[in-house]
Amino acid sequence: MLRYILGRLVSLSLSLIVASLVIFTVIEVIPGDPAAFMLGLNADDSTVAALRADLGLDGSRAECYVAWITGMVQGDFGTSYTYRVPVADLVADRLWVSLPLAVLSLILSTLIAFPIGLIAAANRGRAADYGIMGGTQLGIAVPNFWFAMLLVLVFAVNLHWFNAGGFPGWGTPIMALKSLVLPSIALALPQAAILARVMRSALIETLAQDYMRTARAKGLSRRQAVLRHALRNALIPVLTIIGLQFSFLLAGAIIIENVFFLPGLGRLIFQGITQRDLVVVESVTMLLVFAVIVVTFLVDIAYAIADPRLRRRG
Amino acid sequence: MIRLPVPLTIGAVLSAIFLAMALLSFAWTPHDVEQLVIADRLQPASGQFWLGTDQFGRDLLSMLMVGARVSLAVALVAVGIGVALGVPLGLAAAATRGSLLDEVIMRGNDLIFAFPSLVIAILITAVFGPSAFNAIIAIGIFNIPVFARVSRGGALSLWTLDYILAARVAGKGKVRISAEHILPNIANLLIVQATIQFSLGILAEAALSYVGLSVQPPTPSWGRMLADAQTMIYTHPMLAVLPGLAIVLMVLGLNLMGDGLRDLLDPRLRRQRQ
Amino acid sequence: MISVDHLSLSIHGTPILRDVSFAMQPGRTFGLVGESGSGKSMTALALMQLLPEGFQTSGTASLDGINLLDRPEAEMCALRGNELGMIFQEPMTALNPVRRIGDQVAETLCIHGAAPRRDALKMARQKLDRVGLPQIALDRYPHELSGGQRQRVCIATAIALRPRLLIADEPTTALDVTTQAQILDLLRGLVEEEDMALLLITHDLAVVADMADHVAVMKAGGIVEQGTTHDVLSQQTHPYTRALFEASDHQPRRSTPDMDTGGEALLRVTNTTRHYPGPRIGLFRRGAPVRAVDGVSLGLQTGESLGLVGESGCGKSTLTRAILGLDPIQGGDIRALGYAVSPHMPRENRAGIQVVFQDPYGSFNPRWTVEHLVAEPYHLLPEAPQRDERRTQVAQALEAVGLQSSDMDKYPHEFSGGQRQRIAIARALITHPKILVLDEAVSALDVRVRAQILDLLADLQARMGLSYLFISHDLTVVRAITDRVLVMQAGKIVEEGPTRRVFEAPDHPYTRALLAAAPRLPDYARKD
Repeated sequence: MLRYILGRLVSLSLSLIVASLVIFTVIEVIPGDPAAFMLGLNADDSTVAALRADLGLDGSRAECYVAWITGMVQGDFGTSYTYRVPVADLVADRLWVSLPLAVLSLILSTLIAFPIGLIAAANRGRAADYGIMGGTQLGIAVPNFWFAMLLVLVFAVNLHWFNAGGFPGWGTPIMALKSLVLPSIALALPQAAILARVMRSALIETLAQDYMRTARAKGLSRRQAVLRHALRNALIPVLTIIGLQFSFLLAGAIIIENVFFLPGLGRLIFQGITQRDLVVVESVTMLLVFAVIVVTFLVDIAYAIADPRLRRRG
Repeated sequence: MIRLPVPLTIGAVLSAIFLAMALLSFAWTPHDVEQLVIADRLQPASGQFWLGTDQFGRDLLSMLMVGARVSLAVALVAVGIGVALGVPLGLAAAATRGSLLDEVIMRGNDLIFAFPSLVIAILITAVFGPSAFNAIIAIGIFNIPVFARVSRGGALSLWTLDYILAARVAGKGKVRISAEHILPNIANLLIVQATIQFSLGILAEAALSYVGLSVQPPTPSWGRMLADAQTMIYTHPMLAVLPGLAIVLMVLGLNLMGDGLRDLLDPRLRRQRQ
Repeated sequence: MISVDHLSLSIHGTPILRDVSFAMQPGRTFGLVGESGSGKSMTALALMQLLPEGFQTSGTASLDGINLLDRPEAEMCALRGNELGMIFQEPMTALNPVRRIGDQVAETLCIHGAAPRRDALKMARQKLDRVGLPQIALDRYPHELSGGQRQRVCIATAIALRPRLLIADEPTTALDVTTQAQILDLLRGLVEEEDMALLLITHDLAVVADMADHVAVMKAGGIVEQGTTHDVLSQQTHPYTRALFEASDHQPRRSTPDMDTGGEALLRVTNTTRHYPGPRIGLFRRGAPVRAVDGVSLGLQTGESLGLVGESGCGKSTLTRAILGLDPIQGGDIRALGYAVSPHMPRENRAGIQVVFQDPYGSFNPRWTVEHLVAEPYHLLPEAPQRDERRTQVAQALEAVGLQSSDMDKYPHEFSGGQRQRIAIARALITHPKILVLDEAVSALDVRVRAQILDLLADLQARMGLSYLFISHDLTVVRAITDRVLVMQAGKIVEEGPTRRVFEAPDHPYTRALLAAAPRLPDYARKD
């Protein structure tokens, strides 16, 4: 097990290094001179030179890369060109909106998907199964940001149960949570539809396995056999999807923040783009990719816990 | 005449309607979508404007038609990129199973999975500025590992079969076997995956154009229409409802078609039905 | 006392079983034999009431007066695992891969309330000891065990509560002969000691002869003949029974080849070694290499039929692939028909050595016509026949193997297993090879079809002067069709000699063990 974790850790660090190289190349190498790029066409040479010095771009590209990475590792994400504050501070504020949103949606989508998938699989071929499958088909087809707009229309504009947007800050935790309710529902439901379908097909596949017959031959009832033998085996493919969904949720969260005017990482990154603030864009995308890679790593570990056959492999 | 299952039929009809709308928009739309006629702004549905107009006086039906064209084109090209690059990579990985090449291809795939389409789009936009091309590349890149995985998985299970060994005994090389024996037998998988990626592509394009990272005005797109409608949602909710409905129906149609095709093409399921 | 009376079964209206009646006694073994699809397994599943959805039964199956067929599901749950135990064919997949074996054995005890969890684990320990796994800890997972060990775990699970009836559905079909012999021994001992009735379902007549007190022969959903094993085997009243027995012991008529023993061998393998790279550990590291073939030498003479026997994992498949020039070898030398064999050999040199594989279902690309399939090896010829000439050649090949020329426009799924094996032979013969490698070519077939294919092979050899390299785990078949035999164990040839000599007076202890383990029909069952 320890060797498995170490192996995964090595692969995690490799992924991080390659990912950071890709981002660095796109942002700092492809545009030629990032400083000139950020200032636009009309900037005079001395301003560009000043900015270049400011950004620490005077060294070779390799030095720049190393400086950027060592900075990131130490929590120094550079200084935002437009805000004139450390990016780390900007990110820290926004993270407390985006992260709870993504986690809340992941929990919500799992809580919805598991029972639904289980019910559909247990009633395979009956009315309940067809009903659920039809519903999930619809759920997958709904774009989450449009769903979010509909939620606003119904629950904020018409019913006045929630605010249409904005974020009061964590000073009043209840209000903060309340402002995240609609966004996380909007994010979670379409994902739950996908997850429920995966859960159902994984369970159905598991139910056809030989060991399920063995379990029944031991005297387990159909229900006991499902709970004791099928669920954990079916969890293995479901875990993969949960891992993948995290990256979709993260991306989705960035977009949903726009619908609800939430001051999260998404808003920060779009401001970065419109203001050509490459420092912000570079650091925040790296952070997003970092989050996805770490979650993949956690899923791999969860895999090995669920499936003893994986533990020996490196 | 084979009797097609109901969901497949519904899916095919829905997809055909949107395809027809998109194709028709090249030749004819009820009104010009790029011309802003302020006098006609926010008209309700009528004989002149079948679905009404938006706050800039543009005809909603015409915009939906052109939007369908944009969506379909972006998703189609993105799927094309995924198939053209992903399938050969997957086949190569399967043919050299366990080799360094296989390892590198699969690790490369994992790496791309760490970059959600949106992140790729953000990176490209930050440097090159927003465009439809941008969306195609962002979605297309993400499709590559999807097709690589599906074709590798399908191919691996075929490589263990005796008819592949027989082909090798008949002197055929890995490339030839992949083309003659493997590819035709994983075509079903790929077709089904292509419909799934196609519908995901439409959703992704809508999301990207909603945040302004895809097609630029004046070309209308469904996501863009939703973004424009957002400020009008209190007074004119239909502006937000219609484009969303178009996305839902289009994606639903493709998904139903994908599921139907899978059932139709899966020999295991086919045997069950008989 | 267990009795089945006029049991009939249909699934979704399709009749599966009709009027099956038999009786079993405690402490006795009842054998149910038949070819695939005869309804043996369905009979067992009907007793367990674990039938697929949409079934309908009539008749009775009573266990001490309780009719199992009309019990409600809750009552059946209480009986299964308690009074009725069952083990299945595939030990590799019969255990839950994510749970410890101790828990899986103990589960039978817990579920029926026989013991709380901690005691159940202690009892599970005893049961595993009883089935011959004293060295296997309770916290091992199924994937850490061999096939034979897993089947023992399944048996421990099934007998944990000393059921009245144990059903074993092809329990040793997936196992090697030596493992099979051990599992059968274990079952025999359990029947005696625990005084339970064993319903042994198998296609292998020799296993039944060896194990059962009573036997019933099934065909197409019904029992055609039953009685004490001795009576059924010695009298063989029913023609179907007779056909089965003849086929299972079938000796194709072969003329002793006029071998050119002095000349250069057609195929010569000299001191050949093949090792696999170890499993990949990291991106750049691998484990220690696995030696699959270790210094093997053999020669195949013109017109000869050479057998290669060994259990799974002995390296015979690896050797086969090397001989076919599919995989590289790390040491030694392989020459066929005067050419050096390697993955890089020129295509036309491969035409003289062709192969027939085991699996009649995986051997053909399902999307190709028979013509296309049979003609595939033409790829090896520099000037392959085209169009009409090709069709004529394919037609000839199909007729040579007992099919019709009109079959060439059909697809593989339109043929039965035996017919597919004929197509595979036609494909192998299309380039007029001198050497035919038969890799478990008849192992997946039912006995009667197997006998026909063996006859065909003997006939083709006589007519075309072919040389066979016959690779099999099945000693009976090797004995029937080969002149000389090699016995392979752990990558090495441990014994070599004329088939008759090796079978009658084996030298090497491993050969002796193999032969002793292989079940054989008793002499009284042979009708000469």
